[in-house]
Amino acid sequence: MRAKLERGLPALISIALLFLAWEAYARLSGISPTALPAPSRVLAEAWQYRQALADNTLPTLMATLTGFALSLVAAFVLSVAVDFSEPLRRALFPIFIISQTLPLVAIAPLVVLWFGFGLVPKILLVALVTFFPMLVALTQGYASTEEEIEQLLASMGAPRWRRFLLARLPSALPYFFAGLRISITYAVVGAIFAEYAGAAKGLGIYILSAKNNFRPDLVLAGVMVSSVLTLLLFGLSLLAAYLVMPWSRATKERKR
Amino acid sequence: MIPPRLEIRNIASSYDGMKVLNDISLSVQPGEFVSILGPSGAGKSTLFRLLTGTKSPDAGEIRVDGKMLGDASPAFAFMPQRDALMPWRRIIDNTTLGLEVQGMSRKQARSRVQPLFAEFGLAGFEQHYPAGLSGGMRQRAALLRTVVQERPMLLLDEPFGALDALTRAGMQRWLEGMWMRHDWTAMLVTHDVREAVSLSDRIYLLSPRPAEIIRVVDIPLARPRVLGGTAGAEAAAIEHSILETLLNLTEDMKP
Repeated sequence: MRAKLERGLPALISIALLFLAWEAYARLSGISPTALPAPSRVLAEAWQYRQALADNTLPTLMATLTGFALSLVAAFVLSVAVDFSEPLRRALFPIFIISQTLPLVAIAPLVVLWFGFGLVPKILLVALVTFFPMLVALTQGYASTEEEIEQLLASMGAPRWRRFLLARLPSALPYFFAGLRISITYAVVGAIFAEYAGAAKGLGIYILSAKNNFRPDLVLAGVMVSSVLTLLLFGLSLLAAYLVMPWSRATKERKR
Repeated sequence: MIPPRLEIRNIASSYDGMKVLNDISLSVQPGEFVSILGPSGAGKSTLFRLLTGTKSPDAGEIRVDGKMLGDASPAFAFMPQRDALMPWRRIIDNTTLGLEVQGMSRKQARSRVQPLFAEFGLAGFEQHYPAGLSGGMRQRAALLRTVVQERPMLLLDEPFGALDALTRAGMQRWLEGMWMRHDWTAMLVTHDVREAVSLSDRIYLLSPRPAEIIRVVDIPLARPRVLGGTAGAEAAAIEHSILETLLNLTEDMKP
């Protein structure tokens, strides 16, 4: 426990220094708080408006989690499909790649136009930005399976689907969790962006209206909440990896 | 007359349009330890792929106990070059892999392998992950996984190639000891001449690609041979003559 604290210490110090420098600049340079509010002010305002912030965080969290769950299911099903069928892979991959070339700025308002101000367009946009990294992580993970393990299973008489379950799927787990860590950070940003393009409630629309009311302190309060949200989800994905892959824990402990 | 455990007749195989195996014939009797020895890239791995059924020969036939290969259930328990232990399975669950693929329940498979852990020098390591074991222990676990399948024959593909010299010598001695106590039939592919001489009843020497059998060496020496045996000088002489044959083949090795 103590060793862990010591390892985390440099990060805590550097973050604290960053905030101190910001606070000092905001106070000493004479810059107007309507241009750059000090972090102490942001925190104070966030606390004062905590009810409004909480009300707007919940829909964003919902959109993020639902959209991400949808994207995970879709990525898994399609990754299995293209793993078993080479023609399917060649047919679908160009579409997946093209889907990643669409500029979100243009797509988000269109999706809102088509599906309204409710939860659906947010879910779709979160799924769109997180789907591809997950799919790539999974397919790459399957491909990383040791050739000799597959050959061994073949010599034991295991059919293709059994080789997939016994070797390819577990081999993909480290890649899956690496992809999870990356796309979970896109997910929150994706949801906020979707709300920015039009929503009844949510952090995105909260930030937008705070900006329109010339309240940079509340914009930053919203940003802070979204960062904390992302960090929490990131932490959860680390925890999931830790629980699901006990063997990688054993390996690391040995190497230390 | 009892048919040989394994009989390979005039097989040929090519890869990417290039001939790899050219007219190979050999046979292994039940209880025999036979080695295939040849330069790297001579097509030894291709031979194993033909036997495990992941590839079909262009010509010739392979019979196991008189029956054509592929007609019966898998005839070979295969031990690949590196141990191919699954890092996400505990050692005991790695060793039961073949039994599970055969359809045995995990519980039943575990109770079948458990008593063998002591003989394989793995007692107490059942619940460890492979990453926590030394190279030699991993190879013993891989061999345990191979023999519990109780197939008619063991196929060992350079099983000790990735080990350091000292561990390798220890493993060879250990394997010979196990060999003397069990009724196994095995075919070993290797390019280590000493390993082949100390373990085999017979050695088939392969030429470089396209591989043909250029010499068959019977080794009638008494066991045990690895360290402490009485066959030292004779074994060394056989080793020497095999090395000479192989070196004469590979022109670029000449000074």
